[in-house]
Amino acid sequence: MEFLSPSTFEDALSAKSSAPEAVPIMGGTDVMVELNFDRRRPGALLDLSRVRELAQWGPEGPYLRLGAGVPYTEIVERLAARAPALARAARTVASPQIRNRGSVGGNLGTASPAGDCHPPLVAQGALVELASVRGVRRVPARAFYLGPGRSAREDDELVSAVLLPAPAGPQQFSKIGTRNAMVIAVASFSLVLDAATRTAGTGIGSAGPRPLRSPQAEEFLAAEFDWQGGAEPSQAAARHFAELVAAAAEPIGDVRGSASYRRHALSVMARRAWYWCAEDYRKGAR
Amino acid sequence: MTADPSMQGDRLGAGADSGADTGIGLSSRARDGVGASPRRPDGTLKAAGEFAFSSDMWMEDMLWGMTLRSPHPHARIRSVDVSAALAVPGVHAVLTHEDVPGEKHYGLETRDQPVLAFGKVRYKGEPVAIAAADHPETARRALERVQVDYEVLEPVADARRAAFDPDCPPVHEQRVGSHPEHGTAANIVRHQPVRTGAFAGGAEVAELRGQAAAVVTGEYEVGMQDQAFLGPESGLAVPAPDGGVDLYIATQWLHVDQNQIAPCLGLDQDRVRMTLAGVGGAFGAREDLSMQIHACMLALRTGRPVKFVYNREESFFGHVHRHPATMRFEHGADAEGRLLYAVLEIVLDGGAYASTTGAVVGVASSLGAGPYEIPHVSIDAYGVYTTNPPCGAMRGFGAVQACFGYESQMDRLAAELDLHPVELRMRNAVGQGSRIATGQRIDMPLPMAEMLERARAMPLPAGRGELEGPADPRTLPGGVAGTSRGEGVVRGIGYGVGLKNLCFSETFDDYSTARVRLEVVGGEPAVLVHTAAAEVGQGLVTLQAQIARTELGVDRATIHPADTSVGSAGSSSASRQSYVTGGAVKSACEAVRARLFALARERGLVEPDHPEDGLALEGGTVVSARHGVLAPLADVLGEAAVEETRVFRHRPTRMLDPTTGQGDSHVQFGMCVHRAVVDVDVELGLVKVVALDAVQDVGRAMHPQQLLGQIQGGSAQGLGLALMEEVQVADSVIRNPSFTDYLIPTVLDTPPMRIEVLEHADPHAPYGLRGAGEPPTLSSTPAIVAAVRDATGRGLTHAPVRPEDIVGIGL
Repeated sequence: MEFLSPSTFEDALSAKSSAPEAVPIMGGTDVMVELNFDRRRPGALLDLSRVRELAQWGPEGPYLRLGAGVPYTEIVERLAARAPALARAARTVASPQIRNRGSVGGNLGTASPAGDCHPPLVAQGALVELASVRGVRRVPARAFYLGPGRSAREDDELVSAVLLPAPAGPQQFSKIGTRNAMVIAVASFSLVLDAATRTAGTGIGSAGPRPLRSPQAEEFLAAEFDWQGGAEPSQAAARHFAELVAAAAEPIGDVRGSASYRRHALSVMARRAWYWCAEDYRKGAR
Repeated sequence: MTADPSMQGDRLGAGADSGADTGIGLSSRARDGVGASPRRPDGTLKAAGEFAFSSDMWMEDMLWGMTLRSPHPHARIRSVDVSAALAVPGVHAVLTHEDVPGEKHYGLETRDQPVLAFGKVRYKGEPVAIAAADHPETARRALERVQVDYEVLEPVADARRAAFDPDCPPVHEQRVGSHPEHGTAANIVRHQPVRTGAFAGGAEVAELRGQAAAVVTGEYEVGMQDQAFLGPESGLAVPAPDGGVDLYIATQWLHVDQNQIAPCLGLDQDRVRMTLAGVGGAFGAREDLSMQIHACMLALRTGRPVKFVYNREESFFGHVHRHPATMRFEHGADAEGRLLYAVLEIVLDGGAYASTTGAVVGVASSLGAGPYEIPHVSIDAYGVYTTNPPCGAMRGFGAVQACFGYESQMDRLAAELDLHPVELRMRNAVGQGSRIATGQRIDMPLPMAEMLERARAMPLPAGRGELEGPADPRTLPGGVAGTSRGEGVVRGIGYGVGLKNLCFSETFDDYSTARVRLEVVGGEPAVLVHTAAAEVGQGLVTLQAQIARTELGVDRATIHPADTSVGSAGSSSASRQSYVTGGAVKSACEAVRARLFALARERGLVEPDHPEDGLALEGGTVVSARHGVLAPLADVLGEAAVEETRVFRHRPTRMLDPTTGQGDSHVQFGMCVHRAVVDVDVELGLVKVVALDAVQDVGRAMHPQQLLGQIQGGSAQGLGLALMEEVQVADSVIRNPSFTDYLIPTVLDTPPMRIEVLEHADPHAPYGLRGAGEPPTLSSTPAIVAAVRDATGRGLTHAPVRPEDIVGIGL
């Protein structure tokens, strides 16, 4: 196996260009598991851990530009205000040791439907930045995921960053697991409100072949939400919203949970998320 | 003597530091003796990550062993061709059943398990071929090239069908059972009935049902639990110049391994020398062989040391699990809640090979009625062969499954009669002098009613409203995943009590042997304790030294590595090592003490007519009740070393009668009572255990700190079975062989535990002690499930409880 270890992003891109089959590795929390279990035997590994650009974050226009290699721990500790839903999702990832090494770029590279970062990225309309020697392009997260393990990333591209719109309202994320920490999502849900545009975004995780959203639920909530005072929704409205979210899911049943439970759990998480958004909205998160 | 400390205290009160009564009014007050809590000798190394576990062993010229496993649960093997594998550079040997030098089968109770499969494979993951290569990856790639021609057969996946359907295909063409009285049906390893009262006379249940004011019937299931030890199967076999082999291995019982390995290698026992390597947990999963014979075969074939280390996934196929159970229970009681009768059917899925299934059935049947006085009992317990993963020993050993059944029934009966669950249990509680369903009298203190009262009286945890940070997600069901801020959260309380046999039962001669040597080292007396007992994390090494210090009044006590150069110590299971190996160390120390006194007399240090019962060893000296200190041990011993070896046996037991289930089959009984408090998110089906408090009678707290660790660990393992731990098997295939999907409790799932320890001495046992490791594993599961039922009002008949069950959505 070839082990490529560039120290600059430019070198990483040319390495990826000349060896498109090389598997990028950063924290190794996904790739090493695959290798150890002999589920894949790549001809080459492209080690990105020395590429400092990937671990940086900062403002870029209206966005927060988050390098693909910023570890979850840093997102939890330093970006809770600038990326509330993503920080909440990052907090639910695995254990402290894994959070020290894992990053959003890895989540996007693996593109597992169960990845914890996906629902917040989808809900808030984040952009995924893909780079290659051919140039840089930014793909909406909502168009990035194509299926289990499949994404819009081309073979010669690397995920370089995600661009998160500045929060303009309450953001929620919650996830179901059958123990109280260190668990893969049975289902997860993110709700992001934008008070400026009076729109809502949803993200549904681990309940379909790829992260999903429910445009119908988003439109319904945007129309029903009390943008003036953040009043609690009526029970009927919350229930309808929950049903729309559940209906948008395409869950399967597996060892982690049944399809009907996943749908049910999404409806409960969606309903609660609305109440929490309203509560946060009243407290001034707009 | 009763002590009732909570675990918040750092010592247990009455037992701690009090030393042992030598019986002459002289109390041996050895530092760090029995009742104290000295540090474990391996504690610092383990905490610092420097302890050498079996998987850490390494030799300069060693090869790596690897196993090829069956991809099918049930298939005929038409042929195996290893030639392509042998051609891989770096490969030193590829072996199949044809290369097994001696007996081709092994097994703990019944030698029915092939060293390497031939004719048929009977479970997915069964070893078919093994390879040794200079790198593990090379060995693995070589095994991929082994050509096995399988004719796939339909799996025998349903344990009830295996038990009751005469048309079910047999898993084994020929039964090799050693107990024909336990059943002759093709797939039944053991059927054990128990009949008492009217049932012994052939009465039908309908007659008793008519007399009962309340009848509850229920069907319960316990899923397949994995022991989930952290150190996977591993060992190193080194070929010896004499044609034998030295095996360094993580196991629970060196000698029973040796007894099985040597015949398969075609070697005499003394040519298979075994030394215990660092054991990373056991819980029953190391009672059966895994890679032992394979490593020895490859080492003998190649003439090189061979190391095996399973990875986590392989480990799920490499050891036995807890028997899954389906149980149909009926209980009847009078209007006051006094139990009248019980009719119980328990089916235990033993999987492809017998392992300890027979003994598990013996426990499940004899203790199936639980710690309750019931005049009329009818129990039928079955252990069966299927093509599911083999099941065998796990902490609680058949008593865990039954306990979930009978405790669930007690709660339903209490609800039916509008009684508090503790009240119903107290009205039927056994105690000293009671007889269990096998007719065996409980001839030791067993204050069950008092324990129940204590559990009920313990302070309850703060309500959610009283919490300092109620919004902290770590206090809520769902934890850090943030699914609730209090919505849908309902609190529930539940109780559980379990009765466990301690030490091996049913005529098993599980004796232990200890060699104790006392000599002067560097001017001070030092004891060396040598046994073959496996330290598996439970702290036996600490305890052996404590006993030596107490019995010989010496500070310096060292534990020799466990190996087969001393006699058997029996298994580190059945909560038995403190009792049996503790007893052996005590006996050997007593013998050493007697020789020391004789030596002191010979040397004129003690007057010839001084009565022996007026002498004691204390503080490194011989002490007289008459004259005080007589002589330092260094003077008594001089250059001599005093060494004695003793065998210790618990009292004999009997087989259960094969038709009535009567007989004194058990040595000792242990009991733990749990009270669980849970918060349940009733909309999402998620659970946070808020408190898991326990009352346990241990007879004597030998090492209070380690004792609490045992009770906490046993409780946590029961919590896992209550809420998350299940090896999911569909069509005989394990669906979740990883710690990603086989979940064990994290620290966020494990609540604070208030533990009350009672010390009512068992007069039959050394120091009055009672094995402590298993009882909490029985009672914590039903207590937690009862608490979840209390919060949700749901029946919850399957352990572990799944979110789907709580919210009432079908799977």
